[in-house]
Amino acid sequence: MRWMLLKDLQILRRSKLLVGLLIVYPVAIALLIGFALSSGPEKPSLAFLSKIPPSQQQIKLGGETIDIKTYTDKLFGSVERIDVENREQALEQVRTGRALAGLIIPPNFVTQLSQGGLESASIEVIYNGDALKQSFVRSTVNSKLAEADAALARQITQVAGGYIDTIANGGEIDLGGLHFDLIGLKQANKLLASATRLAGDDKQLRAKIKPVQNFAALGVANIDRFKDVLSTVERPVKVEETILSGRRTPLDTFAVALAVAVSLMFVCVLLASGLLALEREENTFSRLARGLVPGWLLLAGKIVLAACCAFVVTFVMLLGISLFVPLEYERMPLWIVALAGSSLAFATLGVAIGSLAREVRAASLLALMLALPLAFLALVPSGGVSPALYDVIRVISAAFPFKPSLDAIDAAINDSGASIAVALAHLGGLILVFGAAAWAGLRRFA
Amino acid sequence: MATDAAAPAAPALAARDLNKHFGDRHAVRDVSFDVARGELLAIIGPNGAGKTTLLTMLAGIRTPETGIVQQAPGTTARIGWVPQQTAIYSKLTVAQNLRLFAKLEKVADVEDTVERMLMQTGLEDRADDELGSLSGGNRQRVNIAVGLLADPPVLLLDEPSGALDPRQRDRLWGFITELTERGTAVIFCTHDIAEAERHAHRILILADGEMLFSGTADELRTAGEAGPDDDLEQAFVAFLRARGH
Repeated sequence: MRWMLLKDLQILRRSKLLVGLLIVYPVAIALLIGFALSSGPEKPSLAFLSKIPPSQQQIKLGGETIDIKTYTDKLFGSVERIDVENREQALEQVRTGRALAGLIIPPNFVTQLSQGGLESASIEVIYNGDALKQSFVRSTVNSKLAEADAALARQITQVAGGYIDTIANGGEIDLGGLHFDLIGLKQANKLLASATRLAGDDKQLRAKIKPVQNFAALGVANIDRFKDVLSTVERPVKVEETILSGRRTPLDTFAVALAVAVSLMFVCVLLASGLLALEREENTFSRLARGLVPGWLLLAGKIVLAACCAFVVTFVMLLGISLFVPLEYERMPLWIVALAGSSLAFATLGVAIGSLAREVRAASLLALMLALPLAFLALVPSGGVSPALYDVIRVISAAFPFKPSLDAIDAAINDSGASIAVALAHLGGLILVFGAAAWAGLRRFA
Repeated sequence: MATDAAAPAAPALAARDLNKHFGDRHAVRDVSFDVARGELLAIIGPNGAGKTTLLTMLAGIRTPETGIVQQAPGTTARIGWVPQQTAIYSKLTVAQNLRLFAKLEKVADVEDTVERMLMQTGLEDRADDELGSLSGGNRQRVNIAVGLLADPPVLLLDEPSGALDPRQRDRLWGFITELTERGTAVIFCTHDIAEAERHAHRILILADGEMLFSGTADELRTAGEAGPDDDLEQAFVAFLRARGH
C-alpha cells in the first residue's frame, strides 16, 4: 500500500490544476455558504421624502410629546436612506434603480397620528424592480414599519396609562388645547361616601347616590387592570421559546459546521472517486488485479489518501474560520474525531462512485451530481415539505454520509446536543455499506 | 473441441476446460491447451472470438467459471502480462513507472532491474520524461517492459505490436525471441496472421470462444485446404469458413 500511496501522491503533485481546484473549490463554497448564512442581507436603499412641516416634527398626545424623528430613525435603522425634496425626485430615484423603493410621509401625518382613532396615519411606499427585489423590499419595509409602529404604540400606551392614572387619582389633563382639573375616581368615591352619610335618612337621595358611588368604587378597584389591558394591546402575543433537544446552535457557528461538511464532502468524494477511476482510465487495474495489490488494499489506499487530504484541508479551514467566528478550542479533540469519521465515510462513498466509472471525468461528474442534491436534501427542515415527503428525505439523507457528518461536526464544534457517538456510529455503518458497494464495483473492473 | 497434440511433457502453462460467460454470450468455451517452456504461441481469431478474455483468465485477472490454469510444478513467479492498451501511469515518468511495478512485483534489485529495462527498451534518455509526453510506440515499449520486470516464466501479450512502427516491431520480436531462447513461454494474441506465421512456433485459432485449431502454420494450410506456398491468411479464412465462422 505504501508504494501505491506514494504513487498517488506523485500523481497528485503533478496534477496541480486538480489539486488547486480541490482546495479552492471547497473553500470558495465554504465561504459562500458561510457568508450567506452568517451575514444579513445588504441594506436596501430607500428614497425618503418627509412632507411634515418643520413646526410639526413633534406629536403632542395629552401631556406627552413624541418626537417624529424617533419614529423615522426606527424606520431607517436597517435601510440606506436617500433624502429627496419632492415626490418626482423620489419616483426618479426608484425608476432609475438608485433606490429600491421610495417612502413618502404626507404633510398631515402628524395631525392624523395626533387624532389617533379617528383616522389612521398613513405613509406612501413606491416600489420598482423585479418581483424578487420588490418582495424583499416590501418585507423589509413592512418589518421596519411594524417595529416603528410598536415603538410608537409603546409611547401611546404610556400616554394612555397617564390618562388612566389621572382619571383614577385626579390631576390636570390637556385635551385638544383645553385644560381640565379632574378630581379622580378615588376622590369622587370618597366624596360620594360623605354625601351618602350627609343624606341621612333620605332614602330617595341615598338611592340616587348609591349606584354612582358603586360605580366609583368599582372604577377605583379595577382601574389598574385597564393599564394591563393596554400593555396587552401593545404586544398581544409574547413568545416563550422551548428547545426540545440540546443547546441551540447559533446560525453563524452552524454555518461553520455546514461549510466544513460541504468542503469535506467535495474533497473526499471527488478525490477518492477520481483516484480509483484513474486506475481504470489508465488500464492499470488489470495489472494490479493480478495479485500485485489486493482489491481491498487498493480501496483502502484510496480511502485513506482522500480522507487524509480532506481532513487536512478542513482542519486548516476550521482553524482559519476560528479567527473570525468564536469557536471553543477545548473541543478540538472532538473536531478531530468528527472530521476523521466524516472523512472516512465520504471517501468510502467516493470509491464506491469511482468503482462505477470508467474514467476520472465521469467519476467527478457522478460525484458532483450525487453530492450536491444530498447536501441540499439534508438541509430541508421538518415542516418545510409535506410529512410524507419529509420522511422520504430523511431516509435518503440517512442513507448517505452528509447528514450524519453534519450532525457529528455540528456536535463537535457547537455542542449542538446531537450525540457525536450516534453520528459516528451511523457513519461507521455507512462506511461498511459503501465499502461493500465499492468492492462489488471493483470486481466489475476486471 | 480441438486437442493440443503437440504439448510437451512438462508444460510451462496448462489450461484446462476454461469457460466464461458474459450474460448470455459464451465468451470462452471448454478451452484446453498447454504451452511448453521456450514456446511462442500465437492465438488468432476474428474479432470477438474471446482471445483477450482467454488471456485475462490465463493472467489471473478474470476468474474462469470452470477450469483451471496451472504453471509448471514448483513455479512461484507470476505470469507476465502485457495488455493491449498501455497500462501504465501517464502522470509518472518512465523510470517511476518501472520502479513502482518492480516494487509491486517484489523484484530483488529494483534499481538494477529498472536500469536493465530502460536499456532493453532503448529509453534510457527518456527515463525522466512523463509517460504522457511519449509517442504511442514508446509508451508501448514501456508497457511491455513492465510486463517483463519480474522475468516471468510465462509471458502473455495482447496485440503487442499494434502501436509500433516496423523498426520497433522488429526490435520487439527480436527481444521476445531472446526471451523464448532463455526458456520463457510466450503467448500472444494478434490479428496479424503474417506476424503469427513469422514468429510463432504454434498457432491456436479461437472463434466464438471455441478453440478450433492448434498446430503449426503448415498444418493450418493443410487444414484450410491450401497449398504449402499459399497465403496463410487465405488458408485461415478458408478454415473458418469451412467451420461455419
